[in-house]
Amino acid sequence: MSRPAIAEPRRAALPLRRWRTMTLAERQAWLAWLFLLPALLVVIAVAMIPLAQTLYFSFTDKRLGALEPEQWVGLENYRFLLSDSLWWTAVKVTVQFTVITVALEFLLGLLIALVVNSRFPGRGPMRAAMLVPWAIPTVLSAQMWKWMYNDIFGVINDLLKRVGLIEQNIAWLARPDTSLIAVASIDIWKTTPFVALLLLAGLQVIPDELYEAATVDGANRIRQFFTITLPLLRPAIVVALIFRTLDALRVFDVFYVLFGARPDMQTMAVYAQNYIVAFSDVGYGSAISVAIFLVIAIFVVAYVTTLKVEVQT
Amino acid sequence: MRDMRPDRLAPDLLAVRFSRRQVLRRAAALGLSVPALSALLAACAGEEATPTQAPAVQPTATPTEAAAETPTAAETPAGTPTVITTPETTYSMDNPPEVFNADQASQYSGATLTYYGDSVGIGAEMDQALAGAFSEATGITINVVPKPESATENYAAYQRFFSAQSPDVDVMMIDVIWPGAFAPHLVDLSQALGEEAKAHYETIIENNTVDGKLVGMPWFGDFGMLYYRTDLLEKYGFSNPPETWDELEEMAQTILEGERGANPNFAGFVFQGNAYEGLTCNALEWLASSGGGRFIENGQVTINNPQAVEMLNKVRGWVGTIAPQGVTTYQEEDSRQVFQGGNAAFLRNWPYVYSLATGEDSPVRDMVGVAPLPAQPGNPHVGTVGGWQLAVSMYSRAPEAAIEFVRYMTSPEVQTWRAVLGSFVPTIPDVASRPEVLQAMPFLEPMEAVERVTRPSRETGERYNEVSTIVFQGVNQILTGQDAAQVLPGVAQRLQRIVG
Repeated sequence: MSRPAIAEPRRAALPLRRWRTMTLAERQAWLAWLFLLPALLVVIAVAMIPLAQTLYFSFTDKRLGALEPEQWVGLENYRFLLSDSLWWTAVKVTVQFTVITVALEFLLGLLIALVVNSRFPGRGPMRAAMLVPWAIPTVLSAQMWKWMYNDIFGVINDLLKRVGLIEQNIAWLARPDTSLIAVASIDIWKTTPFVALLLLAGLQVIPDELYEAATVDGANRIRQFFTITLPLLRPAIVVALIFRTLDALRVFDVFYVLFGARPDMQTMAVYAQNYIVAFSDVGYGSAISVAIFLVIAIFVVAYVTTLKVEVQT
Repeated sequence: MRDMRPDRLAPDLLAVRFSRRQVLRRAAALGLSVPALSALLAACAGEEATPTQAPAVQPTATPTEAAAETPTAAETPAGTPTVITTPETTYSMDNPPEVFNADQASQYSGATLTYYGDSVGIGAEMDQALAGAFSEATGITINVVPKPESATENYAAYQRFFSAQSPDVDVMMIDVIWPGAFAPHLVDLSQALGEEAKAHYETIIENNTVDGKLVGMPWFGDFGMLYYRTDLLEKYGFSNPPETWDELEEMAQTILEGERGANPNFAGFVFQGNAYEGLTCNALEWLASSGGGRFIENGQVTINNPQAVEMLNKVRGWVGTIAPQGVTTYQEEDSRQVFQGGNAAFLRNWPYVYSLATGEDSPVRDMVGVAPLPAQPGNPHVGTVGGWQLAVSMYSRAPEAAIEFVRYMTSPEVQTWRAVLGSFVPTIPDVASRPEVLQAMPFLEPMEAVERVTRPSRETGERYNEVSTIVFQGVNQILTGQDAAQVLPGVAQRLQRIVG
């Protein structure tokens, strides 16, 4: 984009006059910026400014509805965060939940996708029906499960007792050793269909010719799965895993409905919500938000680097 | 696929494998409904924006119910009669008490007030009837606006009005734990209504007095009490409800052992053990009735003391023995359902349970007794105070008219009318002992002598939510198995950080 030297002094002139002296490439570059401008302004207004503000507030003692302006407190919020055992419990619970749910949702989702991808009578209604759990708002399904898990009148204890698996009622949501399993299975029940749908879309773009050719070459179904299906499904798998991991790390609703502010079953998002909404402590809440961002960033970097390694080998 | 930088990853994949059109086409082929489909696309769009959005997203997650929620909102009792006649008076919905201060209030005739009143049920109907009578007698127009039903949203709505110094609300209902937080924005009623205030329970007036300012007039009350099964006590040879916590423990144990054979779901005692405001109310009763103090007293954090440790460890011992293990997840309604379903001998709850547990369709309707909560020897019987007050906004354009409306609404006449027809617990002892009120709420009599204890919301003001969360999270940890002696020092330290 070099400009003729003679145009230099005119740089300060009106844009319209400069416009006439521009080359086509220059004009196109300007136009591109012009068209991008509204989108950039929106991004700056709704993402960049709030982000910068969050970062700034995390170094202050800002409170909602406070009459006096906020004070700069330096790293005090972060110091308290790092020393707060409840925060570290929240991190542990969130990460455990993420690992369990993402792994099982992926395996079950893949299985379901393979099944509904094959031809069988009633396939259409089946595909629609499997999305029902996912279509129910989480707050509602969580409340429904909370009743099902109830130790006295819950249907789960009732069923298990009828088939003779347990003798005493189990307080699923009260016992520390069953709480995480209980909440993870709700999420798996709810979100596996979504993973299956993503993987199914991936399966459907694999051309049938490849399987036909493989059959002609004498490869059995298992061989076909590992050499054709899995490699070609990779992009869909990556999308599904990243979607689910990020969602699971930000989980709020199901924990909030089931456990409220129970100290040993808070996720990072519940911990943050408590300080920001219930305590109006925006300063400390912003520090928590920044910390959550960092934890999620670690996962993203981990995903991206491991997947890259696989691509190269 | 070759470019794996995080900012490129998701859009790249979407462009190659899952262009929106493709997703749409495939989804349509799958027979997805439109809402589900748009949700899917919205989900995709959200993720495309890279994880840097996360911190901004977290705080906006919508709570269903937050810690500010208090369990004091009065429920509409089922089957409340609409006309009750006593020898002297006939009480009916379309005949609210006479406006005794009409002469005084008429000087503000022409003013218009906005009143944030009850949101649903009989409370809302009564608001309309009372406001109508007041308007007719005084010429002051009253817009009755139902307040948000959830206490959390209600709190947030008032916070917005006050931070905007809005004159759009004049008179409002405030929860018993809000005076401390809202005091700077409320009119001091002690000049105008100081005489009337003397008739109310002293603890509630004290609760509503912040730095010498009376910021709200008590309107209806709430307190913790013990429900018990009269038939079971009789069956196992107990002539009276338990006096002390130890007695309750023994009785519950005896009844439990006897009943478990026939009903494996049977529990001795149920209460509110979930980590939420209700547990703070329960814990206050446990401590105040056993010499364990009231969390924060005279600006000092007192929660960590030997009596509190002993009492909370005793309660921990109940979980899984006389109380079901699930009690650490129970709120009011969970515990009520267990008791009302005939699955518990004792229940700690608020007065609203009375009309439900003795209602037509209740399996235990003829077997419900009410008593003060037990207390350890040498300590008073206590009940945590809940309930609602009427307050006047400082930004009101007609505060004098608003005060006259509050004077009428909180008067003994109106409280009697509301108690008889709506089962709203009066905040005036004289009203509580009237025969027609006792007929509607027989449990008021045994509760007369109970000491009403308040949560430390006045001292801690806008930080009360934080204080309560620290308390109920700590107590919940104890109930789920930790030693109170290990937990309470940490709780005290956190509280100290707020109290300063």
